[in-house]
Amino acid sequence: MSVLLNKDTKVLVQGITGRIGTFHAADMITHGTRVVGGVTPGKGGATHLNLPVFDSMKEAVAQTGATASIVFVPPSGAADSIMEAADAGITFCVCITDGLPTQDMVQVKSFLRRFPVEKRMRFVGPNCAGVITPGEGMMGIMPPHIYLPGRVGVVGRSGTLGYEAAAQMRAYGIGISTSVGIGGDPVNGSSHKDILELFEADPDTDAVVLIGEIGGPQEVEAAAYIKEKMTKPVVAYIAGLSAPKGRRMGHAGAVVSSVGESAQEKVEILKAAGVHVAPTPSDIGATMARVLKVAA
Amino acid sequence: MDIHEYQAKEVLSRFGVPVAKGGIAYTPDDAVAAAREVGGERWAVKAQIHSGARGKAGGIKLAKSEDEVRSAAEALIGMTLATIQTGPKGKLVGSVYIEAATDIEHEYYLSFVIDRKTEMTMVVASAAGGMDIEEVANTHPEKIVRMSVDPALGMRPFHARQIAIALGLGKGMLGKAAEAILGCYEAFVESDATMLEINPLVSTKQGTILALDAKMSVDENALFRHADLAELRDKTQEDPRETFANDGGLSYVGLDGNIGCIINGAGLAMATLDMIKLAGGEPANFLDIGGGASPERVAKSFRAVLQDANVEAILVNIFAGINRCDWVAEGVIKAIEEVKVPVPLVVRLEGTNVEQGMAILRAAPYPIIIADSLADAATKAVAAWRGFQSQKKAS
Repeated sequence: MSVLLNKDTKVLVQGITGRIGTFHAADMITHGTRVVGGVTPGKGGATHLNLPVFDSMKEAVAQTGATASIVFVPPSGAADSIMEAADAGITFCVCITDGLPTQDMVQVKSFLRRFPVEKRMRFVGPNCAGVITPGEGMMGIMPPHIYLPGRVGVVGRSGTLGYEAAAQMRAYGIGISTSVGIGGDPVNGSSHKDILELFEADPDTDAVVLIGEIGGPQEVEAAAYIKEKMTKPVVAYIAGLSAPKGRRMGHAGAVVSSVGESAQEKVEILKAAGVHVAPTPSDIGATMARVLKVAA
Repeated sequence: MDIHEYQAKEVLSRFGVPVAKGGIAYTPDDAVAAAREVGGERWAVKAQIHSGARGKAGGIKLAKSEDEVRSAAEALIGMTLATIQTGPKGKLVGSVYIEAATDIEHEYYLSFVIDRKTEMTMVVASAAGGMDIEEVANTHPEKIVRMSVDPALGMRPFHARQIAIALGLGKGMLGKAAEAILGCYEAFVESDATMLEINPLVSTKQGTILALDAKMSVDENALFRHADLAELRDKTQEDPRETFANDGGLSYVGLDGNIGCIINGAGLAMATLDMIKLAGGEPANFLDIGGGASPERVAKSFRAVLQDANVEAILVNIFAGINRCDWVAEGVIKAIEEVKVPVPLVVRLEGTNVEQGMAILRAAPYPIIIADSLADAATKAVAAWRGFQSQKKAS
């Protein structure tokens, strides 16, 4: 078991015939993901990567029985594709695209809230590396060979810092149940807390690594959840201790604009919630190793 | 992307928000002509830079004659104005905005942001205008009015009236105030703004409402659908190092230290800067090279980092997912051969094709310092920087 994605998840690729969609769809298939088709409006009926291409998500879902989709559509059309996935009954969607206007994401979130909770599509991204369940499948752009299958969940805004954490843990023989990149945008599909809830409920996850950064309220919200509800140990690192206030550090969401958004404040709040905060980004693996030995 | 006050006011006017009559001027002669065009007997001469708090910094001057307009313009145009928001370096004043002076009855605060908690547009307003709003929020939180606007419904006239009433703008002012607030909301959404701040919004002794100042930032990700706003970019207001790098498609933020950084991924870049600091160094920049970095792109990154004369060591830290370490290594060699790298260079590669990448670096006839982890990279970069500094002092 794992969260969000396993070897049986049927996945559609939105934007499958594009250069980037083609490249990553092929990589996902190579690494065991059950990709069942793709959607490119206007190219329905074609075959691409030996898979059927459809004009619409509705048609694709009806024909393939897919429950998940990954979006590689350019920024101007990405929000529309995400909403089309929700409308077609997809239950889990990842958007990799970087550069969506924030107002578009506000519209997407507003649209998703119209569905009753039990029917609401779970959405991860945009501007993220995606999701991988090592050894089973991936909906993303990460290098799968660095991930060892195992029992630690990873949730983080940054893709490359997620790789860093996975590689550090692998050096200690610690593997990963599922790694989820939630993306660096100010308004995103799933928060740290949303993913922590899944890991808390997953019988095959024993502990979680949370990788946060400056800006936004999500790490503080996660800390409150960890303190009140979470039974599994959490190791965290917050990037941007050296970031100057008011400067946007690469990610559109990585900017300290109000109280509680600096790395220092987030670290203090997480520590107060009982989280094991790695003192440096090089100590994520070592901190998890220490925590798991204590737990064992 | 920030735009100037006069540009934000043009946008606001299009959405029916009342602003004072004004004109932009790039020379003192233009300023006098603008004052004549505006008419009246008193004017405000306002330095146009991408910053608030210009008044306190001496960037806004009142003039009671054309001569005073001219001397104010002469003093402001071409100066570097430092405010608490720009920091000590300040920003170049390229133009002044000449505006008819206003008889202020009362100053209000009105702003619009995208609230990350509710994921909606949030209106923040206060009857304590003209002041630092963070200060008001800290000392008198009860004086701040907040309202989230459902994006599916938008702001309705009754919402705007509720805000106006909460500010004490009732009776005869209610209609005008609500119209101005609605106009600001429309301007915010239609322009894909990330921030719009009217500080102050004023009621005048003549019984009108005016947006007396306007600060606006536009979502760079949305510029593809706002060709008119994209043209308003003013490179003179940017750090020249950032202009160079960003024009080359790199995500770069200039900092004050000496260790130049080339990294992939915003999170890993931030973490690497943290590691450099913890190891006793100071980063010169944030640079995210992005995914799919070709050798050319790596070489371009070296050029961007070396634009900064303070750089005394370079650290390359790549954890390749969609990137390829062999390409990055080729880019490093290309940079050394084409750009010339006059400072010590530390490289750490990990991920896709790492063996090929390391082989390229090891085979190269250049003094590249190879690191095998994030911590090792930071430690070696700081040591190399210190070595370079003492060498420089000795010579």
